[in-house]
Amino acid sequence: MTTESGADSEAKQQQQQQEESVAAPKENPKAAEPASPQNQLEQLPAAVGHSTPARKEQILCHQDTPEEDQESRQSSTSRLSRSPLKGMKKVKIMQCKVTLLDGSDYTLTVEKRVKGQVLFDKVCDHLNLLEKDYFGITYRDVEQQKNWLDPTKDLKKQIRTGPWNFAFNVKFYPPDPSQLTEDITRYYLCLQLRDDVVSGRLPCSFATHTVLGSYTVQSELGDYDPEELGSDYISELRFAPNQTKELEEKVMELHKTYKGMTPAEAEMHFLENAKKLSMYGVDLHHAKDSEGVEIMLGVCASGLLIYRDRLRINRFAWPKILKISYKRNNFYIKIRPGEFEQFESTIGFKLPNHRAAKRLWKVCVEHHTFFRLVSPEAPPKKFLTLGSKFRYSGRTQAQTRRASSQIIRPAPFFERSASKRYNMSQSLDGAPITENHETLMRDSDSAANARGDIITTVTTEKKAEEEKAEREDARADTTADAGTPTAVRQEAKTDSEQTDFAFDGDITATEDTEPPAEMVKHQTNISELKRSFLETDASVPGLTEWERRLSSSPARSPRSDEPPMIEPLEEEQQDEEDEKPAGDETKAEPKVTEAAEYLLKCTADSSLADGAPPQGISPSATMDDDVFAAEEKTPDSHDQLSEKSVDRLSPGSVREEVSQAITDKRGMLIILKEAEVEAEGKDDVGKLLLSKMEALVEEASPVKGSPKKAMASWVSEVARAEESEVFRVLTEEMPKTFEQSKPDVAQITLSEAAPLAVSTLGWISPSVTPEKASADVEQKKLLATEMEAAPEDHTRADAVCAKEMPVVHTETKTITYESAENDMNGDTDHGVLLSAQTITSETTSTTTTTHITKTVKGGISETRIEKRIVITGDSEIDHDEALAQAIKEAKEQHPDMSVTKVVVHKETEITPEEGED
Amino acid sequence: MAGLMAGFGCYTHAIVRGIPTSLAKESLRTCQAEVDLSKAQREHDAYVHILRTTLGLEVVELPAEETLPDCVFVEDAAVVCGDTALITRPGAESRRRETEAMKGALKDLNLNIVEMTDENATLDGGDVLFTGREFFVGLSKRTNQRGAEILADAFKDYAVSTVPVMEKLHLKSLCSMGGPGLIVIGSSEPAQKTLKIMQQMSDHRYDKLTVPDDLAANCIYMNLPDKGQVLLHCTAEEYPESVKVFDKLNDYKLFPVSNSEKVKVDGALTCCSVLINKKSGN
Repeated sequence: MTTESGADSEAKQQQQQQEESVAAPKENPKAAEPASPQNQLEQLPAAVGHSTPARKEQILCHQDTPEEDQESRQSSTSRLSRSPLKGMKKVKIMQCKVTLLDGSDYTLTVEKRVKGQVLFDKVCDHLNLLEKDYFGITYRDVEQQKNWLDPTKDLKKQIRTGPWNFAFNVKFYPPDPSQLTEDITRYYLCLQLRDDVVSGRLPCSFATHTVLGSYTVQSELGDYDPEELGSDYISELRFAPNQTKELEEKVMELHKTYKGMTPAEAEMHFLENAKKLSMYGVDLHHAKDSEGVEIMLGVCASGLLIYRDRLRINRFAWPKILKISYKRNNFYIKIRPGEFEQFESTIGFKLPNHRAAKRLWKVCVEHHTFFRLVSPEAPPKKFLTLGSKFRYSGRTQAQTRRASSQIIRPAPFFERSASKRYNMSQSLDGAPITENHETLMRDSDSAANARGDIITTVTTEKKAEEEKAEREDARADTTADAGTPTAVRQEAKTDSEQTDFAFDGDITATEDTEPPAEMVKHQTNISELKRSFLETDASVPGLTEWERRLSSSPARSPRSDEPPMIEPLEEEQQDEEDEKPAGDETKAEPKVTEAAEYLLKCTADSSLADGAPPQGISPSATMDDDVFAAEEKTPDSHDQLSEKSVDRLSPGSVREEVSQAITDKRGMLIILKEAEVEAEGKDDVGKLLLSKMEALVEEASPVKGSPKKAMASWVSEVARAEESEVFRVLTEEMPKTFEQSKPDVAQITLSEAAPLAVSTLGWISPSVTPEKASADVEQKKLLATEMEAAPEDHTRADAVCAKEMPVVHTETKTITYESAENDMNGDTDHGVLLSAQTITSETTSTTTTTHITKTVKGGISETRIEKRIVITGDSEIDHDEALAQAIKEAKEQHPDMSVTKVVVHKETEITPEEGED
Repeated sequence: MAGLMAGFGCYTHAIVRGIPTSLAKESLRTCQAEVDLSKAQREHDAYVHILRTTLGLEVVELPAEETLPDCVFVEDAAVVCGDTALITRPGAESRRRETEAMKGALKDLNLNIVEMTDENATLDGGDVLFTGREFFVGLSKRTNQRGAEILADAFKDYAVSTVPVMEKLHLKSLCSMGGPGLIVIGSSEPAQKTLKIMQQMSDHRYDKLTVPDDLAANCIYMNLPDKGQVLLHCTAEEYPESVKVFDKLNDYKLFPVSNSEKVKVDGALTCCSVLINKKSGN
């Protein structure tokens, strides 16, 4: 529903003609040069791309030379600083027209060779928008299709022949707009949605039109005032595609009841209603299924939806999709195998043309990354990964939420202008208003033909690489109806003219590309477990409101022998595949053995993991696969500073808050207690008490005299050494039954949120300097006592932690790992082991091992998840934060499970020079 | 504050219809059985009594029509959600005229009437499961794709997913809503398969309450101002094992309702009423 939104530029027929005349093959000296593959590949489209608009644009000086292009690209990061150009070339300035969400046009100038990001940033500055990541800029391509401007690519290469006309739009519709930090962000989201509604992209009932309209009026005009507004004040505003007098009257009726509601409140209400609409944030694309039946593919936050007419006929949640690819005008999704299936299945859809397929693919990649991943995937290194290097490069939702929490400015004043667009009886893009889906996506089939006119030169190197890729392609993915090699090559050529991509056939986009090798191996085996326990958004079989209610009911608890009656539905069953509805439009293509591909991927992945992550972005993993994504911190980046949380498992609002607190250096969830309280044999023993968790701190450091000091130094990170640290969070599932104790435990687990919050708050003020550290400890003690006072008689967890000794960190990691395990195995199960899985993901700074054990004890299945997080680094690590984070995440990720043990082990290699203390 | 999609299970009105004597012999049925008409009558009276007297709903009782043997099963004639009522085009030819009286009654209640006029469309209300957040429409002998499309057009706010109905007459022959986000489902294989399809299609999360008997999975949930959560379900005489399951629902006011005769002509509990919330928001 999004791509067509916003106002737009007029069709420019002649341009296309012009292009045809200009786009004759240009030889490109640069492309033939021996360069890194990356440069080489980018070179080609660039040269062709910039040549055409030069003619038409008014404000330009002279034509770019290829050398200049090269330069501008190579000075990759800052485009604002004038990169050293050869000679004294004048900087070419382009005028851009950006249609904003209120329908007004904003005209600005940018240097011609800047990247999309510059334009986007300028527009956001103009709009005073900080939470930018949900938004994007669109432009019309030669086929009049809306495309998202890629911020990482040169503007001129994307715009190519058209006028520099753009529109500012919402790109990622936040599923919960109330979690946006600023009112101004919600305001812009409202404007987008109002346009979505009026244009018919977001269908709603009469009642919804009424409600949304009434909040729109309240937000724009304020309280109903008959004297000022008159009786017909409303007809100038647009609420619906087919606005009737009756609707206007109903809107007024409701509007009158909103006395005193502020614009921000009205917008919040608007969003709360709009977000529930089934087509909210669904980006629709026309397609045909394998049998040629017209369908629509809808990309949204949760996955891919398949519609036939208005009916949803299938749905593929992101976790179920292993791979997204396209080849020519075909779009493919590879689906995770079901429980009893050995192989993935690939489902193909036909898009109107190649560009439409690519556009859909990009939107999928971006939505998946934004909503499912912790951090963007690193662009694949050439040589190692096949296919496009396109990745979503912006922040993910998780990152943007964290970043937004850092916003400290006072709520900006902004004018809610009586928006221009709603006075028009037309949708902004000039199309007559209609509620028909068919008009929403104008991927005309005829447009496909236009492609043939565009010819480009392909250098020999490029051909060679394409061929190589094809061979590997063919080996890896023997999809039944894969095109003939020649066809594919042709396609790639054509495409390479249009974009930066080397070749686009069969591009692996998602989950199975990035996880490290070990992950890939385990992925399929543990998928069922993942489904059950690691899916957070919808399928976590956690205690629902329902179960809580039942379990809390007094009459409920005494029962012990009843089987569980109400079970949460697991959203993604593994065996769904073979049970597709008979009316299913999408046909699975012949299954493909993927072993070869796996092997290939593993190799690529491990090499990727071995090397330092490019540009400070470590390879991230998907939450779906229960990989901990580590974000490498480079101290020079502001962004990354604010993302200090060590690992993230899954999206979730609560977790966001916690991590926000933590990144703010405010949060402290682990309360340390002094050694005297409970000495346990060794030198100094601290006690960590976190709700029902009890953690033991072992201070084995020979240099530390008192625990206070030790802690002070720990907190203040005096020891600047290479450290490795193991966090171990063991969670144990409380089988969800109605039998006596279980629900009780679950209850209490939930109630722990309160004390946790208290401790978090309590830690806000103290700064972590060595001088104040003892005070800190006092405070910790105080809090700890409070916590202890609370009735806590549940499962406990002992945690051994904090050892500082000179060791080589790489070795330490292993040692700690083992010893921790020995410590932990005190409470073993006596049940039948059903399955045990270990997943390890490793980046340069963090190693995470997840061990999932499933046992059956007397009919009750128990799942035990052990997570070991080893953080290695020579920079400062805030251990408390990291531990708090790990525990909190474990709890939030498995709300139905309880944390039974936490072990913290810290080992520090102290360099001889730094004999601190 | 006007809010959409709030108050699942809140009803103020119910439309029911009398049992014609023709029900015993002429009504459609999937398996042959002798219907005790007077017992059916007594059961139906008890059903209406609970709605009207016990639960305090405003009950509109349409007169029985002898030429429409199945007319007591009003659910199939209309789908009401919010203030919109979709008058269906029942899949069985002999039942098409049942909608006339229904339409009149719904008009009298000032609902927005949407009619299914397309002659290629068929839809029985028994194939429509509204969960509070979305619709599932069973594609069955009585309901086709076109009918589902028209339903989707009538209720634009909601996702409408289609689900194949296996073996049973209607989608709701094996499931129903037992509360907000709670699907009551039979334990047969077709029922469980249906549920899996539904969960795959949905963005929302549901809990399930599995009952041993598919037919027992058809129950009526209401959330009434002074009654709290109410569930009308089968009796222990009919489905003793399933009733044990319902009995565990502690926070509910449970009303076992006998349905031994109408079930012989494929009539379940939900079939015999159309529930309406006239206070809904706007």
